[in-house]
Amino acid sequence: MSEPAVATSPKTWDEIKTTTCYMCACRCGIKVYLKDGTVRYIEGNRDHPVNKGVICGKGASGIMQHYSPARLTKPLIRVGERGAGEFREIEWEEALRTATLWLSEVRNSDPRKLAFFTGRDQSQGLTGWWAAQFGTPNYAAHGGFCSVNMAAAGLYTFGGSFWEFGEPDWKHTKYFLLFGVAEDHASNPIKAGLGKLKERGAKIVSLNPIRTGYSAIADEWIGIRPGTDGLFVGALIHELLAAQKIDGDYLARYTNSPWLVVENDGCADDGLFARNEQGAALVWDRHSGSPMPALSPDAEPKLMGRFKLADGRRVVTSFQLIAERYLAPEWTPEKVSERCGVPASTIKRIAAELAHVAFEEAIELDVPWTDHLGRHHAKMLGRPVSMHAMRGISAHANGFHTCRAIHLLQIVLGTIDVPGGFRYKPPFPKPAPPGVKPAGKPGQVRPNTPLPGPPLGFVSSPDDLLVDAEGRPQRIDKAYSWDAPLAAHGLMHMVITNAAKKDPYGIEVLFMYMANMSWNSAMNVPDTLKYLTAKDDKTGDYVIPKIIYSDAYASEMVHYADLILPDTTYLERWDCISLLDRPISEADGPADSIRQPVVEPDRDVRPFQTVLLDLGARLGLPGMTRTDGSPRYPGGYRDYIVNHERAPGIGPLAGFRGPSGKAMGRGTPNPEQLQHYIDNDCHWFYELPDHMKYYRHVNWAYLDWATLMGFIARPEPVIHQLYCEPLQKFRLAARGFGKIVPPAEHRARIEAHFDPIPFWYPPFEGERVSEKDFPMHALTQRPMAMYHSWGSQNAWLRQIVGRNWLYMARERAAKLAIDDGDWVKVTSHQGAIKAQIKLMDGVNPDTVWTWNAIGKRSNAWGLAAAAPESKKGFLLNHLISELLPERDGGYRYSNSDPVTGQAAWYDLRVRVEKAADQSEESAPQFPVLKKLRRAI
Amino acid sequence: MTSLPPPSAKKLGLVIDLDTCVGCQACATSCKEWNTQGYSAPLTDKNPYGADPSGVWLNRVHGYEVTEEGQAQSRIVHFPRSCLHCEEPACVTVCPTGASYKRAEDGIVLVNPDTCIGCKLCSWACPYGAREYDTSHGVMKKCTLCVDRIYNENFAEDDRVPACVKACPTGARHFGDLGDSSSAVSKLVAERGGYDLLPEMGMRPVNKYLPPRARRDGRSAQVAALPEGDGSAFDRLFAWADKMLSGKAAAPRVDTTDHSGKLEG
Repeated sequence: MSEPAVATSPKTWDEIKTTTCYMCACRCGIKVYLKDGTVRYIEGNRDHPVNKGVICGKGASGIMQHYSPARLTKPLIRVGERGAGEFREIEWEEALRTATLWLSEVRNSDPRKLAFFTGRDQSQGLTGWWAAQFGTPNYAAHGGFCSVNMAAAGLYTFGGSFWEFGEPDWKHTKYFLLFGVAEDHASNPIKAGLGKLKERGAKIVSLNPIRTGYSAIADEWIGIRPGTDGLFVGALIHELLAAQKIDGDYLARYTNSPWLVVENDGCADDGLFARNEQGAALVWDRHSGSPMPALSPDAEPKLMGRFKLADGRRVVTSFQLIAERYLAPEWTPEKVSERCGVPASTIKRIAAELAHVAFEEAIELDVPWTDHLGRHHAKMLGRPVSMHAMRGISAHANGFHTCRAIHLLQIVLGTIDVPGGFRYKPPFPKPAPPGVKPAGKPGQVRPNTPLPGPPLGFVSSPDDLLVDAEGRPQRIDKAYSWDAPLAAHGLMHMVITNAAKKDPYGIEVLFMYMANMSWNSAMNVPDTLKYLTAKDDKTGDYVIPKIIYSDAYASEMVHYADLILPDTTYLERWDCISLLDRPISEADGPADSIRQPVVEPDRDVRPFQTVLLDLGARLGLPGMTRTDGSPRYPGGYRDYIVNHERAPGIGPLAGFRGPSGKAMGRGTPNPEQLQHYIDNDCHWFYELPDHMKYYRHVNWAYLDWATLMGFIARPEPVIHQLYCEPLQKFRLAARGFGKIVPPAEHRARIEAHFDPIPFWYPPFEGERVSEKDFPMHALTQRPMAMYHSWGSQNAWLRQIVGRNWLYMARERAAKLAIDDGDWVKVTSHQGAIKAQIKLMDGVNPDTVWTWNAIGKRSNAWGLAAAAPESKKGFLLNHLISELLPERDGGYRYSNSDPVTGQAAWYDLRVRVEKAADQSEESAPQFPVLKKLRRAI
Repeated sequence: MTSLPPPSAKKLGLVIDLDTCVGCQACATSCKEWNTQGYSAPLTDKNPYGADPSGVWLNRVHGYEVTEEGQAQSRIVHFPRSCLHCEEPACVTVCPTGASYKRAEDGIVLVNPDTCIGCKLCSWACPYGAREYDTSHGVMKKCTLCVDRIYNENFAEDDRVPACVKACPTGARHFGDLGDSSSAVSKLVAERGGYDLLPEMGMRPVNKYLPPRARRDGRSAQVAALPEGDGSAFDRLFAWADKMLSGKAAAPRVDTTDHSGKLEG
């Protein structure tokens, strides 16, 4: 029988358009195949710097997200009670007029009464600026419950951070240490990087309570107890110091190790750097036996020692303090072993392996370069040890210091921005910390007036806090107050609770974008729903009077809003992935990109950013209106992307600027800019010359270039701040020094946690509940094929993970008489849930875990009421309190890192027991949501 | 019953690296996405937003936790599963209509949807569970090795690979001619000990799996231990730091008097 003819060259598309993926925060370049105006196929773009042609499970399912039945179709206004799901469809004009009315009332009286919080927002460059123009300090995106510990720890230490501000040198690294769950960020670059490491035979070590995902392919898995990574890292540092396996040159030249710290117990300068009259920090020069400015080319500083200054003050080098801390017996592997659940011998071996690779397998690139002091280096020395950490470190109340400890480990090995180490991604490094300060001090928030600066920034002393004379918070989320002084990303997780409790004050309008705050993005969902629907006893009005929400999909949050502004899908919009925001740069050079609409919306929806600019113009916000009152960006977000200038010549996109489109970084707005991007597959990438690819914190040529590009204000080196002086300034305030001092009740907490040298303390929740009642840790991680709550509406992705289980170690389950498939009751100090068990071996025996954001409320997201996501799926969120258990004095701090305010949702402690009720349904089951009614 | 063509010289297939696969599902959804509008179109989803969603997939990734003998730790293996384009495919020989066939040219096993009667004999015969019945069309569907991509002249050379291979972010999937011993995939199989799935079934699969590499954990560590601390670690570090040369040539004046706790200057 002859074979049938097969068409092997079908052209099943009419055209291919490039744009940028939005199926997670990775922002890969994609090629969208279109046939008859519909999306046919999406693949990775080979020429894109982020993904280089590959695509992930989510990205390839984008087509089903785009055609999701959960898409909103028209603006809605609530007509029933909040949560009842009763809405009336309205025209855009009515929606925009309503929003303008609500917002203008607030702006005319007290702009603080607007809380504007965006979730998985990829346009924070715009949204933050809009908030500042409006005049409210109450703005942030989701970073407060995501990764602010990582961003803050990195930026305050070395002017970069994991993920968006840096990446391992995949090409050269020989030893990769991966901390905690990482599958949810930098999705494709890490996968591609791991593939490269495997090809080259580099060793991968995973420190993670759970052995799945990337940990599954690691050479070595260390199933550490959650929240104890800082102890493990400290013991590694102990071992390296004890064996003198540290990079002394790197420490002396590029870090503040030799800087002199004043030892003046009980005085205002205790713990601050000794400085000369010009304010320059001092080191002790070994030749002259006297202090010299740290950045003096002639100084050869001592790394260790105690000295006396001419004025009689005693000083000690930073590094000596670090060594004194980490060489103390409490940091020996034997001492930390039990608490970490890791044998001391393993810790010692890992330390020896790190030392071996860093110092015995060092590499050199034949690339001459010149450092910040004009010293010429014939080669680039590399120590091929790299590390990555993300949520697993971040979401603990000790995450800031633990992340600082990881950076300390990287830096004592001399591995930051060296070949084989951890590399910055331009525009990083920035000064440690960056110079931008948060606006919103008392007096800076005035009716009809923009803030004098951005709402988010980096405080470097208590003087920068947003508190009043009594020390009370000025922001609704208490960011930059004594509760969370270094809250660089705000505390979105506290907004609804605080607003409902009017602590520190009540608000009038809650305006949110892409944040499922009534469900999987809330800590303590049951109480959050109460807060969203709470009414004032006297007036009968909602305590949070007005809620505006924008989203593309019928999420759980839509049901709790009053006015819904339906957004487009990512394939229907203009966007810019800006260096002013969260860049997509590569270590080899800066990059940015755009989204272009590849299809037109078939619904009455508008891109949120365009709507925001429209609202800004209607409100008369100065940046968004011309002097004649007309809109400054009548062409919407597209217009803004091209024509907005943050500083002269610096706009949202760095590429193709200037009259000819040839300028980069700085240049006048170019009306043809977007066409240039489209012609260049929707991205711009500049590969740095080889001599600027490493040592950029101290690389003269790079620093000059970065200044020219507007990445940094001045070509000054970014000296790594192992000893973090800003933290000490908070400590001094807690001792009563300075103009701004904490109220008495906050002092002990500030004193304890603002240690200028990284340290470890037990996560708070575990300390405040009894170990006997809540013996286990409970964690979530995100499946690689899902992004937040979005995935479940996707017909393909929900076939892969349509429900979740609670995973438990076989050995522990046996002790609790729990079998595979049993339904269990999981109880925390906050509440209880019922979930179904799956047993495994590759999990720390004191830990249970599940996939996050799989559990859905019945009827949300366009799914059937009986969907497995609702009936068998569950959230741990119901068990996680947004507040810490009460302690003496009655005040309840948020369940957050005391330094940054990062939500500590990985600190959850539970007990697990077989449920009396073995029926096949998870609990709690919330009332079934009404399908959105779309009556006219 | 359907007969097989003479063995082809060219044996196109996949080599899947189980050492590198992290189970991200990129291959599965990219496959579904390409093929739901490609040769096998559509890959039907039943009840996609309902209580019991199911669908046709030509490639699925399974995760297994295994504890190997002599290993202290378990291992999670991510195992992508699709048609192996066997040299002795029972799915073809059992086919009563000739709809299942193996291409003489390159060895790809295909189903002709025009002649498939949906009797499912082939899926019973396949020991790998690599065929999926599409109830909405009453025909059997399976991996085509993206026969409508790999020769597709509308694509650049680089892109003439199966959708799963193009997608794979870790580079765990390789495509090529396993009949050519000098091809990159054949070399990879030789170097890494690529193996047949269930060889005892006699199907002689063309696709190969590369086994996980030996882990370099504590049991195989080669690096010498760091010296044990003896209580004088601080003094030794201090002395080391003092001797350590910094930015320039050896210091003309070396002060050896200062050490921990004592003051200088």
